[in-house]
Amino acid sequence: MSASTTFETTTQPAITAIPIDQPILLIVPPRGWFNLDFAELWDARELLYFFVWRDVKIRYKQTAIGAAWAVLQPLMTMAVFSLFFGRLAKIPSQGLPYPIFYYSALLAWTYFAGALQSTTNVVVEQQRVITKVYFPRLVLPLSAVIGGLVDFAIAFLVFLAMMAYYRIVTGPAILLFPCFLLLAVLTALGVGLWLSALNAIYRDVRYVMPFLVQFWMFASPVAYPSSLVPERWRWLYGLNPMAGVIEGFRWSLTGRGEPPTVMLAASTAAVLMILVGGVAYFQRMEGTIADVI
Amino acid sequence: MSDIVIRAENLCKRFRIGERERYLALRDVLARAAAAPARLFAPRKPSSSNRGHPNGNHSNGDRSHIWALKDVSFDIRQGEVVGVIGRNGAGKSTLLKILARVTKPTAGIAEVRGRMGSLLEVGTGFHPELTGRENVFLSGAILGMSKSEIHRKFDEIVSFAEVEKFIDTPLKHYSTGMQMRLAFAVAAHLEPEILLVDEVLSVGDAQFQKKCLGKMGEVAKTGRTILFVSHQMNQVRRLCDRAVWVDGGQLRQQGSVAPVLGAYEEAMSRGEVAVDQSRGARSSHQKASFRRWQIIEPQDESQNLLFTLGPLVIQFTVEANRPISNARHGIALFNVDRQLMWAWEATGLQLEAGMHDFRFKFPVLPLRPGPYYWQVSLWDDIEQIDLWDCIPEMVIATEGYQHPSDEWNGILNVPCEFSALEGQTNQEVTVSNF
Repeated sequence: MSASTTFETTTQPAITAIPIDQPILLIVPPRGWFNLDFAELWDARELLYFFVWRDVKIRYKQTAIGAAWAVLQPLMTMAVFSLFFGRLAKIPSQGLPYPIFYYSALLAWTYFAGALQSTTNVVVEQQRVITKVYFPRLVLPLSAVIGGLVDFAIAFLVFLAMMAYYRIVTGPAILLFPCFLLLAVLTALGVGLWLSALNAIYRDVRYVMPFLVQFWMFASPVAYPSSLVPERWRWLYGLNPMAGVIEGFRWSLTGRGEPPTVMLAASTAAVLMILVGGVAYFQRMEGTIADVI
Repeated sequence: MSDIVIRAENLCKRFRIGERERYLALRDVLARAAAAPARLFAPRKPSSSNRGHPNGNHSNGDRSHIWALKDVSFDIRQGEVVGVIGRNGAGKSTLLKILARVTKPTAGIAEVRGRMGSLLEVGTGFHPELTGRENVFLSGAILGMSKSEIHRKFDEIVSFAEVEKFIDTPLKHYSTGMQMRLAFAVAAHLEPEILLVDEVLSVGDAQFQKKCLGKMGEVAKTGRTILFVSHQMNQVRRLCDRAVWVDGGQLRQQGSVAPVLGAYEEAMSRGEVAVDQSRGARSSHQKASFRRWQIIEPQDESQNLLFTLGPLVIQFTVEANRPISNARHGIALFNVDRQLMWAWEATGLQLEAGMHDFRFKFPVLPLRPGPYYWQVSLWDDIEQIDLWDCIPEMVIATEGYQHPSDEWNGILNVPCEFSALEGQTNQEVTVSNF
């Protein structure tokens, strides 16, 4: 390098002098398959907050019926399920009134489906920002799954009203409910990480999504109880993480039935696998995402 | 050398041609995998996008790749204001994107010491549905400011942008100019120790550009390090201490501003910086090829920047290697979305061997501000002799005379005078937009 600089560093004001021990940021080619930087992610928490705040704000500004949509969706599905699967097909409901039986499952499902959709699209939708400024990319899918919790909270209030209407008192199992909610969030995040990275590269992923969500719903105990599945196959059924989540929701919210232990163990294991794999895959794509989209 | 804040060593960036292809279908990849399942497990480079070269080992000398950057090394010291110059496609923006960590280098290493902020685009993260106030917070956070920092600077930002009255109005009701001002105001109040700025000042009206440059000069005086990409040599001269000239993905020259700019401008005027990689190779055995283009009138320091709607004269220089009879010369102007603005053809040209200047005089060119692209072509009776997507782009930096809201912006930028005449009293109210 030619040292022909016209500026002398000594003439600079001392306020901006950078200490010698300032950490050095290294910019290197992508390497390794798993290098999650938790400290960096933690530093980006304010940005995460702003992304969530923006998504929620825009969602409620753009839809005319706003918050009503968050409630209408599970409520209508509940009505249809209660009528056709319940009254007409007489599917067993663990002694719960059909609306409660279905709505408790739909709470989990509506959140999951919505969060999965928005997580899948988030990288593509934010491509302008991604190609212009750096931040830990994981913030984007995280903001999508967290943003969905606002709709969930509104739908949950309706559930409380329904519980009061049917005079159902929940048991101590309700204390475990946050764990099941967390499991639902992690499932949406894990699967969403895979799909959002895939979607950034292969644009036909979004055409698969409606089918995937529908297929997955019928593979999960939303419209029926998992007790229909033979006991010895429950663990296999539980590998579908949403099976564990939904049964966990039903059990903890209504306090009826048995805790879905086997399924839950299988679901938790499956979620962790999906999540770790998802983070690794997402990060592998992260370095080149700005080149692809 | 503890005062070095950016050290780049042999930075390389390779793009796969076709990587920019927009619709890569999972369907195709799965079909290929089904045809040859073994490929799925073949070692793959992370950057591979499955475009028919499954084996990453062969790809080095492969024609399916281009090197946007090759072995670029430099050091930048604290407090330096460095201009990065070079023609379009020379690799300036890629270099900046690597330093800003938007994309990763293919090889090489860079070390950065200190808090870094980047400004590759004005208005990153703006959302039309949100109010000005909300967008300030959002954009600030995306650019790396903390919430308390934005709170602290909020009033300053708003008054810099001159949008106090509209700060709680959704952004979609802002004029393009107001949006630009607000966006730049946010960015201008970033206070990183190192600031990377891409050519963001080339749009927007001239007066605001001046204000922004002033602000950047102020920032530079406080001892911050700035890396600044620009096409406008007068800006570089005014702001920078040093210049780095990138040409064809390689570092061609660096040092104090005056000698580097001098060398660059000389090379430009000789038309020898044909960075457009496909051109250089072809042009010698061609019958003729376009060499350069420039704005002849109005005369201005910058070659591609237009501050007026007209009249103007644009010149394309073509070099003929042998005489061409009955030539046709096509010209077209595209906007940034590749939408054709205008095209025309001159026929029956008789060209001797040597240099020729094709001049176009336009009494008026009423286009809205932004970048535009000329495309020129030359044909004889048999074939197309040359087709050139002109580099650099032409940037129109006039004031906008359009409707303030985006969906009514249109393509043209037409000054007009409006008057309402009342039938009875013959009273007249006149408003003009220019």
